[in-house]
Amino acid sequence: MNAPMVNSPDPFKLAVVVLQRELCLALRRWDQVLQPLIFFVVIIALFPLAVSPELSELRRIAPGVLWVAAMLASLLAADALFRPDVEDGTMEQWVLSGQPLPWLLLNKTFAHWILTGMPLVIVMPIVAIALGVNASNWTSWWTMIMSLALGTAILTVLGAVGAALTVGLRRGNMLMALVVLPLEMPVLIFGAQALQMAIRNESAFGILSLLAAILLLSLALAPFAMAAAIRISIE
Amino acid sequence: MNWVWFHKLASPPSAYVFALRLRPWLFWISVIMMLWAAYEGLFVVPPDYQQKDAFRIAYVHIPAASLSLMVYSMMAIAAAIGVIWRMKLAHAVAAACALPGAILTALALITGSIWGRPMWGAWWAWDARLTSELILFFLYLGYMTLRASFDDIGRADRASAILAIVGVVNVPIVRYSVVWWNSLHQGQTLSVFGESKMDSSMITPLLVMMLAFLMFFGAALCDGLRAEILRRERNASWLTDLKAK
Repeated sequence: MNAPMVNSPDPFKLAVVVLQRELCLALRRWDQVLQPLIFFVVIIALFPLAVSPELSELRRIAPGVLWVAAMLASLLAADALFRPDVEDGTMEQWVLSGQPLPWLLLNKTFAHWILTGMPLVIVMPIVAIALGVNASNWTSWWTMIMSLALGTAILTVLGAVGAALTVGLRRGNMLMALVVLPLEMPVLIFGAQALQMAIRNESAFGILSLLAAILLLSLALAPFAMAAAIRISIE
Repeated sequence: MNWVWFHKLASPPSAYVFALRLRPWLFWISVIMMLWAAYEGLFVVPPDYQQKDAFRIAYVHIPAASLSLMVYSMMAIAAAIGVIWRMKLAHAVAAACALPGAILTALALITGSIWGRPMWGAWWAWDARLTSELILFFLYLGYMTLRASFDDIGRADRASAILAIVGVVNVPIVRYSVVWWNSLHQGQTLSVFGESKMDSSMITPLLVMMLAFLMFFGAALCDGLRAEILRRERNASWLTDLKAK
């Protein structure tokens, strides 16, 4: 008699429900969706002002600039991933709902990537051109887009772990950066390297595979860390 | 054989007394070993044929670097035990590991930098081994700041435990960075299985120094653990009993 009476729907259906909710909420708060994107572009606009407007020089630092900006933007966005839901009690209901919390959180994180990661990937080619990057063929552009897509996905997952850990704290924002950035550094290294190779018209297949492997590993493990952290944060 | 004493260690009062009694042994043996190894390493061992006298900093650098990784693994294992079996003492051990670990990492980075200046002509190089060791240092700092920002000690324990466990991915990266990447840092010199690439006259003081560092860390851990237990059990009656004794 002690077994909880929970009807467990199809995990796929559950995912659709979570995604629908997240995307619907984002549509109603579209200004918050735009914030990381604007932040990304503004950060990149700072470099020509600070370093040099010379395109040849900007081209050299472009991969690093793009990646650091993407990292900071995803970090800034990650704080808003769980905070509203924890504050208004939604997260508590999720925990109590008896549905697999890691799966719910993974889908929430996926929705978050669609809203904050994908716009960066879409805008990236335009910003890259503004930094003087002129990749000669489609393969290079494709490599650049893939590296940023895989990379922002990893950043979103890692950022979600950090956000779940610090969401219970009143001022978790700075702390989250301290906790998450060291873990994100390998992604930065490989991501920037892939961009560099794409710009030089070399094949970056090996590094892209490595990024994909990191993404799969973090997708497999991070949801459990997130769920454990959320349980601690809402108690 | 009777294993009750081992189970007893999991309770704070026995662990407290155990750490108190163990500490002087670890500390004084490690000091003696350290003095001997330092004398051997600095005066007796002949200079390296390539690096001359500069290699002698290895007697600080290698023990600190290898121990910095070991301490992190130990911290993560203790944290995992604390999360899985809800053992409060394991969390206390993990918390006590963080500061010595961070200091060892900083020591490895600083001595490596001093060593790198004459050998590579640069204080610092952004290669895999150095960068991953730096990340390890940041992980220790992140762990400590995350711990410090929770008011409730139970939540601090579990939240920081998750971070410690996630951070374990960095340990094999540091360990194998010289194998996986073409690093400026020299490759593996010591090996447990098979031939070491170091002359045996140089190895003995190094191994003694590593053991001495390990025991010194053990002594520091005893102190840190006692401080953690005191913080957690400050209102417990066994402490007043212990004081009365």
